Amino acid sequence: MTDLAHIRNFSIVAHIDHGKSTLADRLIQETGTVQDRDMKEQLLDSMDIERERGITIKANTVRIDYTADNGEHYVLNLIDTPGHVDFAYEVSRSMRAVEGSLLVVDSTQGVEAQTLANVYQAIDANHEIVPILNKIDLPASECDRVAEQIEDVIGIDASGAIRVSAKTGVGIHETLEAIVKHLPAPKGTRDAPLKAMLVDSWYDSYLGVIVLVRIMDGVLRKGMRVKFMSNSTLHHVDRIGVFRPAMQMVDELGPGEIGFLTASIKQVRDTRVGDTITNDRNGADKALPGFKPAQPVVFCGLFPVDSAEFEDLRDAIEKLALNDASFSYEMETSAALGFGFRCGFLGLLHLEVIRDRLEREYDIELITTAPSVVYHVFMRDGEMRELHNPADMPDLSKVDHIEEPRIKATILVPDDYLGDVLKLCQDRRGIQQDLSYAGSRAMVVYDLPLNEVVFDFYDRLKSVTKGYASFDYQLTGYREDSLVKMSILVNDEPVDALSTMVHRDRAEARGRAMCEKLKDLIPRHMFKIPIQAAIGGKVIARETLSALRKDVTAKCYGGDATRKKKLLEKQKAGKKKMRQFGKVDIPQEAFISALKMDS
Amino acid sequence: MADDWQHGGFGLYVHWPFCQAKCPYCDFNSHVAREIDQKAWVRAYVAELERSASELPGRVLNTIFFGGGTPSLMMPETVAAVIETARRLWPTSNDMEITLEANPGSVEAGRFAAYHDGGVNRISMGVQALNDQDLRRLGRIHSVAEARAAFDIARRCFDRVSFDLIYARQDQTPDAWRAELNEALAMAVDHLSLYQLTIEDGTAFGDRYARGKLRGLPADDDAADMYLITQEVCAAHGLPAYEVSNHARPGAESRHNLIYWRYGDYVGIGPGAHGRLTIGGQRYATESPLNPGAWLSSVAAGSGELSRVALSLQDQANEYLMMGLRIAEGLDIDRYEALSPQPLNRNRLAHLAELGMIDIDGPRLKATAQGRAVLNAVILDLMSE
Ligand SMILES: Nc1nc2c(ncn2[C@@H]2O[C@H](COP(=O)(O)OP(=O)(O)OP(=O)(O)O)[C@@H](O)[C@H]2O)c(=O)[nH]1
Ligand SMILES: C[S@@+](CC[C@H](N)C(=O)[O-])C[C@H]1O[C@@H](n2cnc3c(N)ncnc32)[C@H](O)[C@@H]1O
Ligand code: SF4
Ligand SMILES: [Mg+2]
Repeated sequence: MTDLAHIRNFSIVAHIDHGKSTLADRLIQETGTVQDRDMKEQLLDSMDIERERGITIKANTVRIDYTADNGEHYVLNLIDTPGHVDFAYEVSRSMRAVEGSLLVVDSTQGVEAQTLANVYQAIDANHEIVPILNKIDLPASECDRVAEQIEDVIGIDASGAIRVSAKTGVGIHETLEAIVKHLPAPKGTRDAPLKAMLVDSWYDSYLGVIVLVRIMDGVLRKGMRVKFMSNSTLHHVDRIGVFRPAMQMVDELGPGEIGFLTASIKQVRDTRVGDTITNDRNGADKALPGFKPAQPVVFCGLFPVDSAEFEDLRDAIEKLALNDASFSYEMETSAALGFGFRCGFLGLLHLEVIRDRLEREYDIELITTAPSVVYHVFMRDGEMRELHNPADMPDLSKVDHIEEPRIKATILVPDDYLGDVLKLCQDRRGIQQDLSYAGSRAMVVYDLPLNEVVFDFYDRLKSVTKGYASFDYQLTGYREDSLVKMSILVNDEPVDALSTMVHRDRAEARGRAMCEKLKDLIPRHMFKIPIQAAIGGKVIARETLSALRKDVTAKCYGGDATRKKKLLEKQKAGKKKMRQFGKVDIPQEAFISALKMDS
Repeated sequence: MADDWQHGGFGLYVHWPFCQAKCPYCDFNSHVAREIDQKAWVRAYVAELERSASELPGRVLNTIFFGGGTPSLMMPETVAAVIETARRLWPTSNDMEITLEANPGSVEAGRFAAYHDGGVNRISMGVQALNDQDLRRLGRIHSVAEARAAFDIARRCFDRVSFDLIYARQDQTPDAWRAELNEALAMAVDHLSLYQLTIEDGTAFGDRYARGKLRGLPADDDAADMYLITQEVCAAHGLPAYEVSNHARPGAESRHNLIYWRYGDYVGIGPGAHGRLTIGGQRYATESPLNPGAWLSSVAAGSGELSRVALSLQDQANEYLMMGLRIAEGLDIDRYEALSPQPLNRNRLAHLAELGMIDIDGPRLKATAQGRAVLNAVILDLMSE
């Protein structure tokens, strides 16, 4: 156990890819927490998907020991956080467990949208902030300019910003000294009832659910019985430990410390992030404020390509959900796609990550249907229904009005591309709220419907700005608008999985675009296929996919039989992966691609 | 019970892998060689024939086909030796068809009479186009005049002469093709192979196409029109399509190629040659090494066979379906279902019939002219998984 004055707890926050995980590597290495031979890049990004994509998805905690220049021994708990907006929730709850933040800014890039979002959260959490200018080894590094930008745009003092190369190790010692000198020690009372914050929890196949805790007051001891205050459940603590970053068992954790406990908990769902853990008897009388749970904002259907794999998909989804409370699912039946699940995600990257894991770790090929946001449908009788799936849209005569989620989007972009960005936001029904400048970079704030952003907004933004824009958003609430359900009919049969909610004024244009897209995506058949978009019973757009006229191999003699047969068998297998709607085969990627807009 | 192959007959394919120049569209196993020791080739062919005959003794040989490459570069003695050996090793049908593929150059034409003397009774000439500029664009080394002259010589030497044309060439319009086809039919042919130009991977055209440099190829709709024109014009001249790309006066069909489409057995000898052989009730697919040198050495070492794969009943059914639907006479449903583990899907048959793609004519399943144009789709629909 360490006395409070010698503990420092901090999170490392930054825009995506500015070097948080690499900085964590250097801190771990410099303090000798991990032997050099066990070191690898972005050591804390241990999930396959993290390593493959080079990004952090889960926040990670590490305890390191540091002997400062003043000769004193300190215990530092660092939390490396993800940069991507979908996982902003990981950042916000991590911040609640610590007193300070290292704000990493890539000195070749400057302040970006998530830099801002994170710094505001840090300020909200009353953090002491140490700015770090990273990547100074690169020729494009411009520390002075970026420091100035931090002061201008964020309004914090950057004169003491530490110049670091997380790659070469320059400035790491200074960073450690700054942590000890500038970040406050945690507060807390040892002789009080236990009050521990449940920061995070996940499933481990050996140990069951692992609960990450920050001790606020009191002492957590092995063998103790504790109470989870949100639901008053009692648990017997069988292990206590810290991450270095491998698990190391300890006998107790005192105020200010961060570590984990296990208590034979079977499901992540039995633990609530933000909960307060206390003694089973004579515990704390008041719980900590708690966190707002992460709400899925994007929903889509996941269906097995091979309908025989439905049960496998159910198992896989249940297993994944054990470990990811922000991911929700319910069974869905589609006339077109059969049995599957309607799943909710924090955003599109989260969706991709889960889909990837299902496909790879569980070897299930999936059809993903168009992502949709959650609409609030107000019925004539006053009832409000949450609509997760356009296919479930109630009968219009019973609907009074519909509200859709809106966001506040912050975009930073070099001046040259501002025009394109404004046009993009305008096209997506955005309402401009603010426009300011930091040097040659513009910062625009837009009020946008989430629906217009969820799908391909970020891709479009990247493409119109050649990758120079950064983007962050927060949900702001719901607002009524003139929204309708648009159905798609292929060969006169409605394909429920292609239904979408659209704004009335844009329905024709969207309908036309979708029909045109589908015309390209659906292969020609031996007969002509009408493709229509309709609202209610009214067709608003129509295309016709003409019949296949010629598809035959000109020469097929004795020597061609083998090759030709293999080719046909391959095509047959490909065809099997398509979905049949009546007599029409629709390729699985069509369900997503049909929605992508070119502008 | 009789083996399935007997419905199709038994033929011999001999591959000659050399050409004077490589055509830019061609993905056949053909090589340009400076010197060819034809004696060595004769020895190798004979050895292979003997090996095959020992496995398939007593079969009645219906046809021999010399394909290439350019078999008209073979010395007549080489051709005659192969024919003679085959006749020595197998009983042959009385009217055995012996075809040789010939390029329509003057040198080749000079050998036609000698081929005839050696036993060849049918010539198939690669004329490709009746337009000099197009011949050049196809990389051919002969002219229209030479082709016509070679054709006349062939006509004098052989009762049965066929030639090949390639259509849907660069900058060719449907009207131009119609005119050219009429010219071809005005010549005294009783058999024509009319191929839509196919851009094959790994050829010069394929590379150019991939780089977007092969310009002027007809649009899909034009190419489809040319296919229809081909059917219509040939039929009007009394040479209806008896296969996707083959047209003949009734009775003048290539009996050798019909063995493939009727899914008979065939021995394939020479580099890259494929065979289908039924031995002890099991049908095998055989392949030989592609490279001429490798094939010769492999023959010298005992066998020119690179691989022999036993075909499952499903494989055989798929092959029969894919070959049988190419010909106007179609396939025999009972025969197909005797091979296939699953019967043909009646719902699909009904739907295809409704679309006018197939005809069920008593025991036979036939692709209609319309169905043959989109045969890949029809086969995919009917093929069982
Ligand atoms: N040249 C140079 N490259 C660096 C430095 N720090 C990080 N990088 C590189 O920048 C990229 C991103 O680094 P990460 O540490 O994964 O960034 P991150 O902020 O953790 O990214 P997310 O977790 O995805 O938000 C990697 O390719 C690093 O190797 C540095 O100081 N110099
Ligand atoms: C084995 S090949 C060649 C025979 C002979 N060597 C010749 O070229 O005259 C048989 C026929 O296939 C046709 N052919 C070859 N490659 C083709 C292609 N890429 N597209 C269409 N037809 C092709 C030609 O008409 C050719 O005559
Ligand atoms: S088309 Fe004929 S001549 Fe030309 S390379 Fe091919 S086989 Fe040889
Ligand atoms: Mg990271």
